[in-house]
This record gives sequence, C-alpha cells and structure tokens, in this order.
Amino acid sequence: MNVEVLLPGTADWFAVCDHDALTPGRGVAALLPDGRQAALFTDRHGRAYAIDNRDPFTGAYVLSRGLIGSTAEGRAFVASPLLKQRFDLENGRCLDDEAVSVPAFPVRMR
Amino acid sequence: MTTPTIVLVGHGMVGQRFLEALADRGLTSRARVVVLCEEPRLAYDRVHLSSYFAGTGPEALSLVEAGFMAEHGIELHLGDPAVAVDREARTVTARSGLTVGYDTLVLATGSYPFVPPVPGRDAGGCFVYRTIEDLLAIEEYAMTSRTGAVVGGGLLGLEAAGALKGLGLDTHVVEFAPRLMPVQVDEGGGEALRRTVEEMGVTVHTGVGTQEILTAGDGSVRAMALSDGSSLETDLVVFSAGVRPRDQLARECGLPVGERGGIVVDAACRTEDPHVYAIGECALASDGRVYGLVAPGYEMAETAAKAIAGQEGSFTGADTSTKLKLLGVDVASFGDAHGATAGCLDVVYSDSRSGVYKKLVVSRDGVLLGGILVGDAEQYGMLRPLTGSVPPVPAEHLVLPAGAGAPVALGPSALPDEAVICSCHNVTKGTIRGAVTEHGCATVPEVKKCTRAGTGCGSCVKVLGQLVTAELEASGVEVDKGLCGCFAHTRQELFEIVRALRITGFRELLDRHGREGARGGDGCEVCKPAVGSIIASLAPSIGASGYVLDGEQAALQDTNDHFLANLQRNGSYSIVPRIPGGEITPEKLIVIGEVARDFGLYTKITGGQRIDLFGARVDQLPVIWARLVEAGFESGHAYGKALRTVKSCVGQTWCRYGVQDSVRMAIDLELRYRGLRSPHKLKSAVSGCQRECAEARSKDFGVIATVGGWNLYVGGNGGATPRHADLLAQDLSDAELVRLIDRFLMFYIRTADRLERTSAWLERIEGGLGHVRDVVVHDSLGICEELERQMAGHVAGYRDEWAETLDDPERLRRFVSFVNAPGVPDPSVRFVPERDQVKPDLGLLAGPVLAVRTLEGTTTA
Repeated sequence: MNVEVLLPGTADWFAVCDHDALTPGRGVAALLPDGRQAALFTDRHGRAYAIDNRDPFTGAYVLSRGLIGSTAEGRAFVASPLLKQRFDLENGRCLDDEAVSVPAFPVRMR
Repeated sequence: MTTPTIVLVGHGMVGQRFLEALADRGLTSRARVVVLCEEPRLAYDRVHLSSYFAGTGPEALSLVEAGFMAEHGIELHLGDPAVAVDREARTVTARSGLTVGYDTLVLATGSYPFVPPVPGRDAGGCFVYRTIEDLLAIEEYAMTSRTGAVVGGGLLGLEAAGALKGLGLDTHVVEFAPRLMPVQVDEGGGEALRRTVEEMGVTVHTGVGTQEILTAGDGSVRAMALSDGSSLETDLVVFSAGVRPRDQLARECGLPVGERGGIVVDAACRTEDPHVYAIGECALASDGRVYGLVAPGYEMAETAAKAIAGQEGSFTGADTSTKLKLLGVDVASFGDAHGATAGCLDVVYSDSRSGVYKKLVVSRDGVLLGGILVGDAEQYGMLRPLTGSVPPVPAEHLVLPAGAGAPVALGPSALPDEAVICSCHNVTKGTIRGAVTEHGCATVPEVKKCTRAGTGCGSCVKVLGQLVTAELEASGVEVDKGLCGCFAHTRQELFEIVRALRITGFRELLDRHGREGARGGDGCEVCKPAVGSIIASLAPSIGASGYVLDGEQAALQDTNDHFLANLQRNGSYSIVPRIPGGEITPEKLIVIGEVARDFGLYTKITGGQRIDLFGARVDQLPVIWARLVEAGFESGHAYGKALRTVKSCVGQTWCRYGVQDSVRMAIDLELRYRGLRSPHKLKSAVSGCQRECAEARSKDFGVIATVGGWNLYVGGNGGATPRHADLLAQDLSDAELVRLIDRFLMFYIRTADRLERTSAWLERIEGGLGHVRDVVVHDSLGICEELERQMAGHVAGYRDEWAETLDDPERLRRFVSFVNAPGVPDPSVRFVPERDQVKPDLGLLAGPVLAVRTLEGTTTA
C-alpha cells in the first residue's frame, strides 16, 4: 500500500513510498516534485500524517526526525528535534506558540 | 544630626551574622558600618571546613550572599586586622594604618588554635587547623608527605584527621585523654567512635601526650616523641588541641578579661565600656562560660544587634548540643550528656559490631535530660527538641534500632509547636508550619529561605523535610510527581515496574501503567526517550534487545540516538569516535584526518579528549563509519544519554608526580561502561595524583590516585551549575574501585529522575551522599549483589552500535535524506568556508521556502 500526499495548490496526489517504509512512531522526509520537503509520519495505529519538513524556529529541514506523541486530547504531534517545539500533525499548528504554524498536507493510502 | 559609626572587628561566622542582624533592624541604613577583617576572604562556614577536601571549594563555603555588603553600604576591609583600640578617643587602628572613629565597637575576633608548648612546635610541617589558608598550606605540604599526625582527638582534631585522610596520608590521632572527643561523649561512646575511626584506617593513640616534635636535618618534622616513651614517625603535624579566645585587643585597651581568657560581657553582650561589645568565641558570657559553638555565637550576635538598636535582648547561656559527622561517623551530644544531674538514670544501647552507641539520660520521673549518640544520630533531630519533657514513648524504645522490639513511629508530629527544630537560628516547629500554611512555602529550600531554619549546621534538615511534607499533606496539597502527561509514575517508579515485570515494550508499559487518557496513545517526547533509556539500561536482565534501534525501541529514541550521531543546527550531524582515556595512535589520528578531509568535515578537539567531526549528512553517516570501523574505531556515544568519555592525565608512566597509572585505569573504565544508557550523560576522569590534572572532581564519577590506591569522587559537574564531586571512598584497590563504581552507577540509573545528572541527584535524594554511601558501600538495602549483576550483564552484552548497524542492510535503510529519493543529498545542508574549514550555510535556511532543484532535475549520484 502506497502513502500519497496531496500536492499543495493542486488536485494531484503524489505517491511517496510504501506504507511499510514508515516506522510507527517515527517520521521520514520526502522530496516533492516542486523541490519542497514533506515530513511523513505514522502513529502506532498506522495512521499517516504529512507536514512541511522545515522547522520554522530554526529554518532547518528536520521535522521528520522529531519524536511523535499524542496530547491528553488525543491529538498527534511531532516535537522538533532541535528546540522541541511541538506541531499538530493534522493542521501544522505549533502547540507551543500560537503565532507559528507549518503547512500540513492531506494524506491517503492507496 | 551626624550618622553614628559602628565598627565590627572580625568577619567570621558570628561577625557576618551580626551584620545580618543589623541589616534586619535597619541599622545599616541609619549608621555607617565599617568591618575590619584579618582573613583575605569574606566570612565562610568554618564548621564545615573539612568539606573543602570532600568536594566543596572555598566559594561554596562562603556565608555572604553576593552583593550583601554593597546593598547595605557596609565598608569592608579584608586582610586588614584591627591592631589597637583607643577607648578614650573612640578610635580603632588597623594594620594598614587606617584609623576609624566609632560610636559603637563590636569585637568578634573569635579564637586562635592552642598549640601546646612542646619543643619543636615551630618546625616545618607543623600546622594548625582553623582557616581556609591553613587548609591550603596543609594541602600543599601533604603533596610531599606520606604520614600525618593530629595532636588532639576532640571535635576539631577528628575533622583535621578526616582532612589528612582525604589527602591520602597515613593518618594518626594523638589524644591526651583516655578517649576520643572527651568533652562530648562518655567512655562507651568514645570506644564505639574509636573502633569506627580505626576501621577507616586512622590510627588512634589515646592516653598519651606529645612531648616533643623531632626534626630532620633541614628543620622539618621527622617524628613525635610521646609521653609513654614511644615515638611516632610522621612528616606533618596538625595541632588541634583546643582553642583560646582572641582577647588581646581588649586586654591592651584595658577591658576586663576572664582568668582563663575571654572578654567579660554582660547579658546584653556589652563590655565594661558601654561603647564596646564582644560576641562569639572571644567573649566570656554572663554565665562565666566561653562558648565555642556557632549557635550560641549567633545568639550573641542577635543580642548585641538588639542592644545597639535599643531593643530588649539578653544572652545568659546556651544549649551546647551538637551533632556532627566526623570521618563519616555521626556523633551527637545534647542536654545533660554526661549525667551530671543528681539522681539521673541511663538507658544505654551499644552494638560494637555496627559501631553504634546510644545513651539517654533521664530523670527518675521519666524526663529526658540529655544523651549521646555515636554511629547513628538519626534521632538527634527528634530527641533534642524533646529534651526537658517526658517523651511520648519509653526511653528504651528510643534507643533501640528500627525493627527491634516494639516499633516506634515517633515522627516530628509528636513534637509540640514550641519545640525548637533549628537551634542555630532558634526556629520552632510552629514557625516552620506557619511558613507552609501562611507564607505558601511548598519546598524545603523555600522554608529555609523564609525561616532560616536549616541554614546553620544543617543537622535539622531531615526533620525539616518531614515537617514540610506533613504540613503540605495536611493542607491537602497534592503534588503531581508524574514523569509527564502520559505517566503518573516517576522515572524511578517506572524503572521498578519495568524491572519487576520485565516489560520490554513502550506500548505495553503505556497501556498498562500510563495515565487513563494516555493509554492507547503514542506517548510523548518526554516519556518515550526516558522509557527507551530504562529498557536499554536493563536490556540484558529483562530480556530486551541491547541494540537501541531494534523493533519498537527504534521509535523511542531521540533523533541523535536514532541516527547514532549528534544533530547540529542546520540538520547535519557530528561524529565522535571513541578514543578511550584520550589515548590514540598516530595511525588512528591519520585515519580521522583523512576521513575529515575526504568528506569535508569540520574538526574540533572536544573537552573530553576526543575529536568531533561536524557537517555530515544523514546519508553520509554509514560511509563515514564504515571507514572508521575498519580502522578500529567504535561509537563514542556522544549522541546518547550514556557514558561519554573517561578523561585522563598521563599518569605515573610519564609524569614525575604521578603515583598510579591513570591512563590504564581510564581506558579500563571507559571500555567497561561504554554504551551504558543512563538518565543523563555520564562523564568521568582519572587523575594520576592529587594535582588533579584530569579535573576528575568535575565529573559524575572521578577517580584520583593516591599512594595507597584510588579515591572515588561522585556527583561532580561542570557546565552551568558547577559542583565539585564528593569523596565516596578512599584508597581503593583496582577491583574495589570498579565494584564500587558498578554499584554507584546502577544505583543512580535506578533512582534518578529523567535528565537528572548525578550532581542534582545526589543533592535531591533523601539522605544525600550519606545514604548513597550506605547503599553502595555498606549495602544497607541489600541490593549490591543485584546492582553488580546488572552491570555485569551490561558489560557482557555490549556490542558496538555502529558495527552492528553497518552489518545489517535493514538498519542501514533509515540513513537517507529522502525516503522517496534515497540517493539525493539534502539540498538544505550546505556549507561555506570559515578559517580554512567549513561552517553551516545558515543564510540558506533563513528564507521562508528553500529554492532547490526539482525532483525531476536531480541525479542520483
């Protein structure tokens, strides 16, 4: 089964990789056709998420290497591996700074 | 109106307390305050002087808060003692010639060590033990000495003996009285003390006097001639045979002094001259006694400050109860310790196997009058406040060890509100309770700050902790001690759960032991690495994989552990190969140089005697490591909460001062503990002599060579909150050293909080260093065998993580920049030149979106 990401500003789904390539609880980086980078994650229940790979606090393309977790309300997040700010995996909002967010990409499995 | 001038002569513990008492009463803003101090430094904690050798530097002993003098406008003249007082003109003259007029003069000149008038007492190598300067001189002389003798087996003498022992000297104590500490303890107590002190390797000579110090040709100490006709060969002598009040200044200006010294004062601490006060050890109090303890000195400081402020106050005598830890032995004496009250009775418990001696003195009607505790003074904090009352349980129950006979649950709750908990600062139980209930203090440090309780000798801190907890619980405050939002357990509790139930997976632990709402979830960035570390530490004994990236464990590790390298600010990684003990061959150095050159890595020497290679992309890590592993390198675990490095000096092999082979020991230790996962990183060092070139006392566990073996120091730290490591044990053989470190590290791993370095852990855990020593040296919990077994499991199961990773294509799969373009390097990781090397191109990261080549346009090189 392939994990596909909806390319921003288009109606095109882009196949990234096989679902088996994802380790539950971790992320990988993917290179999109326009040169952008996405960070893909899967949680312990197999659900996949994708957000932009760039950490807005440092500018480094590293969010895919953060640890994921779930909040008390059950929302999945990733904590940046650099300065540990957390980002909601469904909408890209930073949970530690309301003014900051990263793009989130719809994901499907085919 | 002119501003009055208060001159304080002497800035010791009591002098500083007097200044604080003046400030508390607003006198420092109404009067000019001038301080003349003989010593070159601000007031410091003389009571804990020997802790200077046990890991506390001179700064940590300071009693003066930074900025105190400036804030209160106090004029302080350090290193400039008063030499004359003209009472008629009301002036004081200092050694520098400085003359200050006074309205009020306060003498707090303390005392001087008494040196018996024996021939040869001025020989080179003879010292007294009173100031930090004395200690520094002893430390320096001890460098070239093997044996040291202390004249005097009292409180200070044993302190001095502890200091000599800590310096690695073969130590003797010579006491004229038939027992040690004759003033504080009786014969039974002296015997228990002697046995324990001798077990620690100090030779005790009682009932003999020192007749002469014999010197060698160069005028330095060679031996001591004793009154029983024998002689004791020694290189160094410390006189610690009591102190005498420093009343010279008062004598010379005609103030009355006692027959045996001490400036005569009244209940307000005023001398015959209404403009002159005397406080502390230099004063002869109105009850005709000179007090050599700090608590009465503090009371006198308060009394004098009150009198100067025009308030009521008097000092007419004080409680001379004491509790000390001498050479690691608890000794306490309180109230009528020697049973001087007519018709009093004793209750005695004595166990010479464990060196415990306890005696309580009670009246016929059951009133506790006093007592002596040697070897176990745990109950001092409870018993001293109970003195003068009938204890709630029979006296025999109070001296029996826990678990023997009827259980005694005599907690601080049994004390009345008026019981004095801190006798240094005269703080009652009621005041401490009030600090919690009325002033909102929720921790011991807050209560200390609010009430000053526990900031003197520190003997009441344990009871203080119990009171604060009891009061918080009584007021219904519940503190969530849980690790994070997912677990209500502390790290230590989780460790015990994992160990006892042999849980090897995070999900299992979360679903069974997590908070209700967190079960079935993904955990968080706090608990996942913490649990990963616990499982890794226990891997061999719970049957988990020792490889930190296997199975479910892979999802728990922080990015550094995940890629076995250290993430840097531009998303690149740094690489640190292990260089055990800092020893490396030219061939290996060349390999590191070649690898760095071939991959364009920035190289820097680390503080831990290793080499850090910066600027590797994720996809370069395996290729770089293939080269390093082939040349015989292995992972340095710079990325892990694990043992980092064991630094060493060059040691006996090359150094003319070295007394042991520190490099060999450092290598042995580094290879033994490499890869050991722990609550935080672990650093170590081994120094080949007391000059300590490897800076071992700034490490989590540091080893310093002595002539007789190794001294082990624990809990040191550099960084933002530096702490000198504390001495855990002395003169250990190689095998004893390793066994003790095994136990220490495993006990730390077992009980520390997440990201709690050994220094913070040692400060936090109940009982502190003493408790840790009891557990790992004396096996008080009976767990040492298990701790050793766990470490043996780690040592046997160690495998190099990088070699294992390179051997497994499945494990190598993660080392790509992009999952969908494995050969494409991350275009955001770029470098620019700097000082003949490279540095991250941060300009590239600054823009909102990186302009990069498209996927179609890239080639897979």
